[in-house]
Amino acid sequence: MSAKTKLPVGQEAIDEFGWLRAHRFLLLRRASQVFFLTLFLIGPWFGIWWFKGNLSGSMTFNVLPLTDPFITLQGFFALHWPETTALIGALIVGVAYALIGGRVYCSWVCPINPVTDGAHWLHEKLGMSKGWQPKKNTRYWVLGMVLAVSAITGTVAWEFVNPISMLHRGLIFGMGFAWAFVIAVFLFDVFVSRRGWCGHLCPVGAFYGLLGTKSVLRISAEKRADCDDCMDCFAVCPEMQVITPALRGKDEDTPLILSSDCTNCGRCIDVCAMDVFKFTTRFDDTPAPAREQRTRTQPASGASKAA
Amino acid sequence: MSAPKRKPSSMDRRRFLQDAARGAAGCAVAGMALTQFISDARALPAQAIRPPGALDEDDFLAACIRCGLCVRDCPYDTLKLAELGYDGPATGTPYFTARDIPCEMCEDIPCVVACPTGALDKELTNIDDADMGLAVLIDEEKCLNALGLRCDVCYRVCPVIDEAITLERRHNERSGHHAIFMPIVHSDKCTGCGKCEKSCVLPGESAIKVLPRRIAMAEAADHYKLGWEDKNPLVDELIDLPDRLPGPGTDNLVAPGGYTTDALPDPSMEGGFTSSFSLPGTGGSN
Repeated sequence: MSAKTKLPVGQEAIDEFGWLRAHRFLLLRRASQVFFLTLFLIGPWFGIWWFKGNLSGSMTFNVLPLTDPFITLQGFFALHWPETTALIGALIVGVAYALIGGRVYCSWVCPINPVTDGAHWLHEKLGMSKGWQPKKNTRYWVLGMVLAVSAITGTVAWEFVNPISMLHRGLIFGMGFAWAFVIAVFLFDVFVSRRGWCGHLCPVGAFYGLLGTKSVLRISAEKRADCDDCMDCFAVCPEMQVITPALRGKDEDTPLILSSDCTNCGRCIDVCAMDVFKFTTRFDDTPAPAREQRTRTQPASGASKAA
Repeated sequence: MSAPKRKPSSMDRRRFLQDAARGAAGCAVAGMALTQFISDARALPAQAIRPPGALDEDDFLAACIRCGLCVRDCPYDTLKLAELGYDGPATGTPYFTARDIPCEMCEDIPCVVACPTGALDKELTNIDDADMGLAVLIDEEKCLNALGLRCDVCYRVCPVIDEAITLERRHNERSGHHAIFMPIVHSDKCTGCGKCEKSCVLPGESAIKVLPRRIAMAEAADHYKLGWEDKNPLVDELIDLPDRLPGPGTDNLVAPGGYTTDALPDPSMEGGFTSSFSLPGTGGSN
């Protein structure tokens, strides 16, 4: 690896395109997270009841019902068949995320995302080791466990402990001691496991990941030939295993990041000084030649744009 | 980057089995902890009353997604979502405390209409059929009416006045010549709205409280027969006392027209008579 890997992550992109462009998807994402929280707060704060409820279930303009499909699924396992309103709501949300990428929920909507992003920032600041890294299928085990407990107890099991709804509902309706769950997730990610909660354990993320397996909106490493191995995309990606097959693929391999773990957060687009990544659809078959094969003794320095 | 393809070896199988065992064991432990947590969180305190139309607590926790739409559509801010640690019910589920704000029993029942899942049952269309709990006059030592005063507030605020709560007149043993107007709650009419509990004039706790029916009501003793309600004999045609008929040969001396055998008048005499029936073993003559 070159000396450039020692630069702060994203520094080249900032030098190349300016700070704003090198953070555009991060800023958009934060705006989106604030937006989805604010929708539900303008009611209690200003008495304008356009949006009622929370992420578990809501009613918009008294006509559009939305329901969390994962909670609805747990209800099925608890042997409750809901009213049509909830079913329609779950269907709308389910179809939307199936199209734009299930884990778009994780990076653009979920209120826990800023918490774990903050934890990751502190984790790096403190120079902690990555700690316990559960196997990549652990989240699916947890998902199965939640559904099993729903069936055994006859309840919507995850809602008793879910830090996402605890935080979201807490901010809108009143927090109680729910912040303890949020702090627990934060501390877990800082001290126990890097990117541990969202990246390895959360069954909500696992569910939405499965939901978006065939999603249309995808990120493509279309200009992967230009990659100069600065590794910044791997450093910012919360699910870094998803990048490799696309970025390091051969000519015949697709440059699309097709893994359902990808949250479509767009940070790789932000930090790449070579502009390798872009948002596109899964049907995009623009030819994307792989970069030249390099040997260990002759790294990519020659191909660097900044050189 | 790409490793040469290997045939699955026994090491792969061992690794797979180890990973599976680890995942299953970890999830079993986490699942048991979650199950335990849920069974604790399920204990619904007696003062926490679910909204009208709420399913039984077990079914309710399978149905309620804790969205708070019932809370938003409650015009009197009666309902609230339980906050973790402060309030008793399962986190985020709707309830109300009658002593703070009771249910005003809206005719259109907006909370039930708002519920997207049916945790509040859409079958409830008449609020008078609601069954949130049952008012119980829990402290007869402090209730002003029970002491012989005329407070009557619980009776007067009741939305189902004279049906859910009636005043029953009793003799005041203490004074000897006054009446006690005792508030009596009728379980078939009480909706559990809690207006009586809210308006009880006593400071602090109310003398009349809405409790969940599981606590407030006993089970009927079906093995006891309430003769004044059920006139049919206990066992049909089997147990029946012998009829004590007047007439010759019976021992029914008191009944009008009863005679002893030795005082039997001669049937041929004027005014004598022959009985129109005969009992086995007695006969009309000696």
